[in-house]
Amino acid sequence: MTPLYQLTVAQAREALTRGEITSVELTEALLARIAAVEPKVRAFLTIDADGARAQAQAADARRAASDTSPLLGIPIGIKDVISTQGLRTTCASKMLENYIPVYDATAVARLKTAGAVILGKLNCDEFAMGSSTENSAFQQTRNPWNLERVPGGSSGGSAAAVAAGEAPATLGTDTGGSIRQPAAFCGITGLKPTYGRVSRYGLVAFASSLDQIGPMARTVRDCAIVLQVIAGEDPFDATCTAHPVPDYEAALTGDIRGLRIGVPREYFVAGMQPEVEAAVRAAIEVLREQGAEVLEISLPHTPYALPVYYLIAPAEASANLARFDGVRYGLRVPGESYFDELERTRGAGFGPEVRRRIMLGTYALSAGYYDAYYKRAQQVRTLIRRDYQQAFEQVDVIAAPTAPTVAFKIGAHTDDPLAMYLEDVCTLPLNLAGLPGLVVPCGFAEGLPIGLQLIGRAFDEETLLRVGDAYQRVTDWHTRMPEVREDNSTQG
Amino acid sequence: MEYLVTIGLEVHAQILTRSKMFCGCSADYANAPPNTHVCPVCMGLPGALPVPNRRAIELAALTGLALNCRISHENVISRKNYFYADLPSGYQRSQYDDPLCVDGWVEIEGDNGPKRIRLTRVHIEEDTGKLIHTNDGGSLVDFNRAGVPLMEIVSKPDISSPEEARRYFQKLRQILVWIGVNSGDMESGALRCDANVSVRPAGQQEYGAKVEIKNINSFRFLERALAYEIERQIRALKAGEPIVQSTRGWDEASGTTVAQRTKEFAEDYRYFPEPDIPPLRLTDAWIAERRAELPELPDARRRRFIEEYGLTAYDASVLTDERAVSDFYEQAVAAARVRGVTPKDVANWMTGELFRLLKETGEPLESAAHRLRPEYIGEVQDLLNQGVITRTSAKEAFEASFREGRSPARIVAERGMAVIGAGDALTDLVRQAIANNPKAVEEYRRGKVTAIKYLIGQVMKATRGQANPQAVQQALEQELARE
Repeated sequence: MTPLYQLTVAQAREALTRGEITSVELTEALLARIAAVEPKVRAFLTIDADGARAQAQAADARRAASDTSPLLGIPIGIKDVISTQGLRTTCASKMLENYIPVYDATAVARLKTAGAVILGKLNCDEFAMGSSTENSAFQQTRNPWNLERVPGGSSGGSAAAVAAGEAPATLGTDTGGSIRQPAAFCGITGLKPTYGRVSRYGLVAFASSLDQIGPMARTVRDCAIVLQVIAGEDPFDATCTAHPVPDYEAALTGDIRGLRIGVPREYFVAGMQPEVEAAVRAAIEVLREQGAEVLEISLPHTPYALPVYYLIAPAEASANLARFDGVRYGLRVPGESYFDELERTRGAGFGPEVRRRIMLGTYALSAGYYDAYYKRAQQVRTLIRRDYQQAFEQVDVIAAPTAPTVAFKIGAHTDDPLAMYLEDVCTLPLNLAGLPGLVVPCGFAEGLPIGLQLIGRAFDEETLLRVGDAYQRVTDWHTRMPEVREDNSTQG
Repeated sequence: MEYLVTIGLEVHAQILTRSKMFCGCSADYANAPPNTHVCPVCMGLPGALPVPNRRAIELAALTGLALNCRISHENVISRKNYFYADLPSGYQRSQYDDPLCVDGWVEIEGDNGPKRIRLTRVHIEEDTGKLIHTNDGGSLVDFNRAGVPLMEIVSKPDISSPEEARRYFQKLRQILVWIGVNSGDMESGALRCDANVSVRPAGQQEYGAKVEIKNINSFRFLERALAYEIERQIRALKAGEPIVQSTRGWDEASGTTVAQRTKEFAEDYRYFPEPDIPPLRLTDAWIAERRAELPELPDARRRRFIEEYGLTAYDASVLTDERAVSDFYEQAVAAARVRGVTPKDVANWMTGELFRLLKETGEPLESAAHRLRPEYIGEVQDLLNQGVITRTSAKEAFEASFREGRSPARIVAERGMAVIGAGDALTDLVRQAIANNPKAVEEYRRGKVTAIKYLIGQVMKATRGQANPQAVQQALEQELARE
């Protein structure tokens, strides 16, 4: 029999429903797995074993009382930039090392209502700023496929935990690729929903017009199950829209015949690892064999996405992070006056990448530079959005690589922020356009996973999930799990 | 040399809503213990998001319409970035480009007759928390006020003297309170202003350097601070000293303005559109709804009172100073008309007796109106017109109505205040007076007409003043002629 920690959400749901296992058994199995591999993977910043056990018992009691909530008794991990009431939420920053939220993020509250068991909080780049989880103030999460490699970022802990069997599903957040790139690096499935699909209330903001919470799991079906629970209008988030939430699992028909899939030439960038391109093109070929029509398309403004992103995201971040002044919560370094204390607190609390982005953003918004930088970036953002609109007149889904390479070595880019920023070149255009993106594993190179990125129309997660699920019906990349060994031998 | 004074005001007015601008906390925080009207949103907790208060936007638009502004169809909330301990998010949500209301005006009595003060804009924003400085040099912060909806009303530099500035601010207050968007309470800071003032020699085209006086919370301070600042600037100009563009504060204790910061340290607020709040699109239909909500404004009502009711300019003005008084007057007029009592008589009762009594009890009309109902004014005047009571009794009945809350008619009946104006009661008293005073009767009959005055006096004395002297005279003449 499959070890319990290897069950997908859908499998666990079935076993729980049939009474074959209890949530307590499943939760204990995962806590045991965490205890076994966490010294190597280091995905969790906070493990709430006692809380998880109590929630599992409560879930079993609810089931005994005929409760059929969709995630009843299913353990889930949460990225540590998402607020959890009573459970430390650090944003992987010294600034919030001991911060305990007084309220749940809407997404977390909905998971709890649906019966999920919260295992703990997952490591990430500080305030979700980074592409390797190396910017965490606390620990380096490692790629379960090769412990010398990064798990990607910023949702590296969320991706690594799923890959290593520490959680069947996790919540990540994606501002420029932070769900999709680590999903690709760790060989799991990750969905960045449409901007406005999932409430951001309680998500500690990095870039408010780009941030989105999404599910990370081993299968497309699992992502659909979790999205079903967290999606939908929220009176506490004015940007979370009233679009109706369809039945996502019902969309997983396996039938993609006649679907038009566009392949944007601009996404196959110079310097892309040949094995990555080959694996992505092979995956697109699989979709064609399943009856989809494949067309080459152009998204001409794609090269501008990176500079546009690195003006808008830091600008918003510079304001979003202004609240960390040591007055009400978080770190406070005593000083002579309010302003002295402010400078000392922020100097000590924020890591170098966060400080870099605050400075970039402050500069982009400054008097005399606003028009040339922030305003111009917003104008180009409109052009990027239009590229997609025009493309979606011809095609139903866009297929592309997720990242130019497989997971790189820890430390490879830490001295070169620009090289690190280039990691997001295939993922961040979507955030600028607010579109949904799904990543599914589609091969290996150097023993490390490769991800296929599928991009959809706004609020059309259904089609994305249908294509991803169809792909997973005829491939087995997503079923492989790493052994999490100390040596560097390749697996998969 | 003569100097020209240029003044512009930025008025901050809290919008009278039940909840705060971007969260559900109660905005009525007066006298509440510190930090009890707070939530994750107005405390700026990580992850909390603002959701705009619909009513605040409606009331701000209503204000714009009352101030003759155009309402923008496209509205953007922006972040104004600066650090301060009373600002929980590190930015204030305000408006920069595309304010809610633009290009209005307010008419005031200027130094040289009626004058329009033009407005640049009315925009919405959120109030900050409040710092409380302790004796040991520390500071405490109370976030009850943080996030309370505010309007900023910005005038053009059309104001030419401290008196005009005061009249403009008073006029604004009158309108805001009248339409119910602001409490008018300046002591608590619900209404406050910053004044920009510059001085230049007559004949010079360009304006002088602008000095901003911050946080003025009374009409008197405004006038005094401006007078002081103008005097200070003229003295400097005469001495050949340059005026530095700067921000100053009014120090009530010394009666002077004190430098706070110069332009070299001017803040760069790095405004940008608030990404957490989608642009608010206001339709023509929505604006029409606001216009329909707008009541008749004090100036229009004052003119109507003069035209429709024939009031003097003075009476019309006092009776339109406050909405409650004005509405009461109109209700009183409507009720009085049925009895044939004129609006002018109603106005006299209000500006005379009613205002005197309100001043005496120190209460607002709204509370006194629970006792003295508007229809009582027509009633008491009618009793007077009918000769049922004397003017003295009318005043007494009115005051009793005001204090006790019963109708004048009831009070007159209960206290037996009715004039003994005709009928058997009077006839009896007249006959008694004739019988008891044969000497006066004798004189009258001999042709000394004035002797009747004595007889009238006797009757009045017998009625303790409760008779109409004319009626008494008539009755006496009749009786004397009969014999």
